[in-house]
Amino acid sequence: MAEYLIKNGFVFDPVLGIKGDKADVAIKDGKIVETTAVKSPQVIDASGKTVMAGGVDIHAHVAGPKVNVGRNFRPEDKLFGYKPKNGIERMQGGFSVPTTIRTGYNYARMGYTTVMEAAMPPLYARHTHEEMRDTPILDQGAYPVFGNNWFVLEYLKNHEIENTAAYIAWLLRATKGYAVKVVNPGGTEAWAWGLNCENVHDPVPYFDITPAQIIKGLIEANEYLGLPHSMHMHANNLGNPGNYTTTLDSFKLSEGIKPNSKFGRDQVMHHTHVQFHSYGGDSWANVESKAKEIMDYVNSHDNITIDMGQVTLDETTTMTADGPFEHHLTELNHLKWANADVELETGSGVVPYVYSPSIKVCAIQWCIGLELALLAKDPMRIFITTDHPNAGPFIRYPRVMKWLMSTEAREQQFDAFKHKDKVIEATNLAGLDRELDLYEIAQMTRAGPAKSLGLAHMYGGLAPGLEADVAVYDFNPNEPYAPDDIEKAFLNAEHLFKTGVQVIRDHNIASNGNKRTLWVNAKVNENPQVMRDVKEKFLRYYTVTLNNYEVTGHYLPNPYVIEVDATE
Amino acid sequence: MTKTVTDVICPFCGTLCDDLEVVVSDDGKELHEVYNACAIGAEKFLHSQAKDRITRPRMRQEDGSWKEISYDEAIEYTARMLTEAKKPLMYGWSSTNCEAQAVGSEIGEAVGAVMDNTATVCHGTSLIAVQDIGIPSCTLGEVKNRADRILFWGCNPAHAHPRHMSRYSIFPRGFFTGKGHTGRKVIVVDPRPTDTASVADVHLQIEQGRDYELLNALRVAFKGEQLPDVVAGIPKEKIYEVAETLKSGRFAIIFFGMGVTQSLGKNHNIDEAIAVTRDLNEYTKAAIMPMRGHYNVTGSGQVWGWLFGFPYAVDLSRGFARYNPGETTSNDLLRRDEVDAVFVLGSDPGAHFPFSSVKKIYDRPSVAIDPHETPTTEVCKVHVPVAFVGVEIGGCAYRMDNVPIETRKVVEPPEGMMTDEEFLKRVLARVKEIQGV
Amino acid sequence: MDTVKLTIKNQPDLYLEADTICPDTFAGKKAEEIAGLHVYIGREQHRLGDFFEVSGNAGATPEETKIVVNGDLSRVKYIGMKMTGGEVVVNGNADMYVGAWMQGGKITVNGNVDAFAGTGMKGGEIVINGNAGNYLGAAYRGDWRGMQGGKITVTGNAGSDIGTFMNGGEIVIGGDVDVHVATHAEGGKIIIKGNAKSRLGGQMVEGEIYVLGDIDVMMPGFAYREDVDVDMDGIKGRFALYEGDLGERHRKRKGQTIYAKLYQRIEA
Repeated sequence: MAEYLIKNGFVFDPVLGIKGDKADVAIKDGKIVETTAVKSPQVIDASGKTVMAGGVDIHAHVAGPKVNVGRNFRPEDKLFGYKPKNGIERMQGGFSVPTTIRTGYNYARMGYTTVMEAAMPPLYARHTHEEMRDTPILDQGAYPVFGNNWFVLEYLKNHEIENTAAYIAWLLRATKGYAVKVVNPGGTEAWAWGLNCENVHDPVPYFDITPAQIIKGLIEANEYLGLPHSMHMHANNLGNPGNYTTTLDSFKLSEGIKPNSKFGRDQVMHHTHVQFHSYGGDSWANVESKAKEIMDYVNSHDNITIDMGQVTLDETTTMTADGPFEHHLTELNHLKWANADVELETGSGVVPYVYSPSIKVCAIQWCIGLELALLAKDPMRIFITTDHPNAGPFIRYPRVMKWLMSTEAREQQFDAFKHKDKVIEATNLAGLDRELDLYEIAQMTRAGPAKSLGLAHMYGGLAPGLEADVAVYDFNPNEPYAPDDIEKAFLNAEHLFKTGVQVIRDHNIASNGNKRTLWVNAKVNENPQVMRDVKEKFLRYYTVTLNNYEVTGHYLPNPYVIEVDATE
Repeated sequence: MTKTVTDVICPFCGTLCDDLEVVVSDDGKELHEVYNACAIGAEKFLHSQAKDRITRPRMRQEDGSWKEISYDEAIEYTARMLTEAKKPLMYGWSSTNCEAQAVGSEIGEAVGAVMDNTATVCHGTSLIAVQDIGIPSCTLGEVKNRADRILFWGCNPAHAHPRHMSRYSIFPRGFFTGKGHTGRKVIVVDPRPTDTASVADVHLQIEQGRDYELLNALRVAFKGEQLPDVVAGIPKEKIYEVAETLKSGRFAIIFFGMGVTQSLGKNHNIDEAIAVTRDLNEYTKAAIMPMRGHYNVTGSGQVWGWLFGFPYAVDLSRGFARYNPGETTSNDLLRRDEVDAVFVLGSDPGAHFPFSSVKKIYDRPSVAIDPHETPTTEVCKVHVPVAFVGVEIGGCAYRMDNVPIETRKVVEPPEGMMTDEEFLKRVLARVKEIQGV
Repeated sequence: MDTVKLTIKNQPDLYLEADTICPDTFAGKKAEEIAGLHVYIGREQHRLGDFFEVSGNAGATPEETKIVVNGDLSRVKYIGMKMTGGEVVVNGNADMYVGAWMQGGKITVNGNVDAFAGTGMKGGEIVINGNAGNYLGAAYRGDWRGMQGGKITVTGNAGSDIGTFMNGGEIVIGGDVDVHVATHAEGGKIIIKGNAKSRLGGQMVEGEIYVLGDIDVMMPGFAYREDVDVDMDGIKGRFALYEGDLGERHRKRKGQTIYAKLYQRIEA
């Protein structure tokens, strides 16, 4: 493989603690190496430019059945926005739900190299893997959903942690999954009857268990196994006024549980798209920000990490395994609604949504997301996301960075709101003058998510030995700039290296890369009971046979297996 | 001696049964018996063993006779045809695996083809409806485990999807449906007294072509509004009664077929049926599902969805993707003379398209890739026989509820035969050579 | 206003995609520059001048530009697509997408047009002195924002699916229409001077349909309310007023449910 030396850039790297100093980065055999280790490298002149590790997205909906529903049922999302094929670049379409090809290219253009698919229905794992296979450049993994799975409900009803863990290990292997995802625990199972679980104590119909038991049990099972990532949580009651109490109740279920992982993470719960979970008030008329209450808790409990779910004020497509929420949404906006309940496992819904700056609630949501990040004491524990495409498409990350880095940019947006005064009254953002710097941005987009995922040994930094994922942006932090310059530069990386391969050269796609799929192979003690239960459920309730369930090798042409040993 | 392969997936219809057992010779070269399959499915497997099977490509001669050609020659003809055309149609894709569909998509992208699948004459109208109103649906296991109201509208699974009723819809006993069919109410809407209607609790023998009106009437009835005395030949009392039956269930499912997707109103019928399902979710739980025909028509819509963003009728001619049924659909393209070459794989338009469209295929440079001799191969210039997917080669297929299942190879294809994917990969390589990229 | 005259001299072997025939594209260009604009047949790119004689220079802005297109244009798509101002006159039949996504100005076709004329129209005026195909003034696939404004007048007949997802504006059909009128509409007005078949106002939330002739089958979701006198834009007479679609969701204003209205003339 070619050797590279990226010279004289302003480097921002939380792993090495470099805060914009001039430094060189050397690449050899796909890894970052000491600059002395390269002999005749191609030299990239990065003087006057910003250099960071490749970005890491901890939560985005980019591959799988509901994403493809979003694509196929929204032809209007692709109208006039298509990009023709050009040389090695294949054709790319879609705004809020881009094609897999565009997904890979657009992340790369932002300097991102690792993207996790946030919700994989196990029965549809093959589909998710087929899409990831056809997403160029990026390293990816997918989180199978567990929070409404019948095995989990039955084991955790009696707090059977070991059985739950054995089942998790089996399902991760069968689906080639990366982490334990929980979406509206119990609520999506209830939705199979048209019902919901609205708080952590609301019992799941027929299963005699509460969301609290599911949440706590899955955290414990996750730590029993010592998986790289923690349990990854989307709490009950998403998107409803007054829901911040449910969020705090969910957070509290992690108290007293210590991380048990050799992968360097400190948290036992990652709570995703917290913006959607930080609402006060009791109706849409009086909804208000509770970001402060949420961040008070997060700041004082270091066993939690979160991501933002920032609203970007675009027309987008919402999609989640939270089936009842999507039904609720279509009742509100009357737009087309897709729903797919999945036997024994989960459900999902998809509804287009227009976040309009003229609508008060949308503007309040915009404020709340930014407040979360600006109130964070430790940028290593809160990450930039838009819950793509739910709160907005991922191509707005650079715009989110702009808002976080510039009070001027935030004021411009406030001025564009139709109900500016009411929005200011219902939120705290106007009173926050904090402006994040690029080092903090690198924490929130690189080092932080990599650590939370248990992948700090591969991604998120520029220390020798890490994967050679390096982005060079045409941005000089030491010269005066307008807020929009931030967005422009971070939307369009000048160079990008992915595992040592130059995939962007002079702002152009230069290679379709060497994409890998990460999955976790957790070894547990033999558990005849769980295997008996698996056999029985397939025989009696599934509509595919057990032997046709497991995702086999050729769906992952370039797998990267992370081994975990939880045997005793 | 023989061996038995279990958990075999049936590559016939969208039901995609995966519990077949197939007995093959020890050397894996001959297929003897098929168990658990319906008659049509079993025939699909056994047909691969036909002694008179065509195993080499053929080219039509001036006098109408066939001449055997090599695969290399067939690849050359196909690549030349596609690169020389200004706007070729690449149709079919429903009876092959997703792996072949993905390679075909790359060819289509390279040559600027219009990609269309059999949905164009089947459930394409359902896809249009989903784009207009969405679709609350579920996997077939949800039906098996929960559904107590089963409505078949314009479909006849007893003949078209023979194991559907026993595996998923009417008869199975599931987690919350321990009583099997006795716990379910079955309603059939069909102008004909079909075999499916004969097992139903209620048969609404609707006036032909008035589905949209009857569906609308159900929605009016849900809301308790007044109806005309008779709608679509059904007295209003009966409509109110059926509306109540649906509302009073715990979990209602509507299955629909080509009786509504291709009769007057087309997408609008499905749109209104989905609206009925939406409405039912105000009162109880309800879902709706198209009875997809070819075993992997669903898969081609998925593959094109993630690669191009559209499930069928995808026009790539300008180097980017466009979609508009009525313009970019195969029969409209053929009828209007919008395409100048035709490539067919995994479908039989010769049997399914109107004669006027078939004539247009006959008039153009054309290739048919198909294990069988079909009406399509009869009108094409070149016929490329290939291995049977799901019998002689595995690969991914999507069930009617979008669940992906990996089909299995159970027997070797005849010596020297190519698979769809192998043939397409060679064509793609040749296309790139010709184009110099 | 300056006039550019296009006369078709070569018919395309397949179909010509000519969204460049639009005052917005022509504005500020001389005849030879206009002849050099791109058009497409399948994947091939050609010059407009390969197919048309071009004479006259365009005005400085779209508003100051008039385009007259002569000849048989039944294999030419996208005439006047996305235009924002100026004028286009087509003397002959035109193919699909005439005035699609149009925002302003005026298109007159002295002949017939094929499907998708006025798709997603936002403003301006289209006059078809002839017949129109299916999906006249309809939304693009999947979009819930169909025709928003402007006016389409057809002197002859129109096909099926006119005004799907219509939100505003007006469509006037001089003759008869095929099935499915104003499906999913939430506003706007459609006037049918001839006869209609069936499925008028299916899933319609709001808006108005006037039919001066017969209706083969009324939607079950439309209920007769009363007879009313109408005198509007030259349409006069006694009409039966139906409201619907009763199966569909409806807004309430001041406690009153707002239905879509269908007026059928009972005497002139």
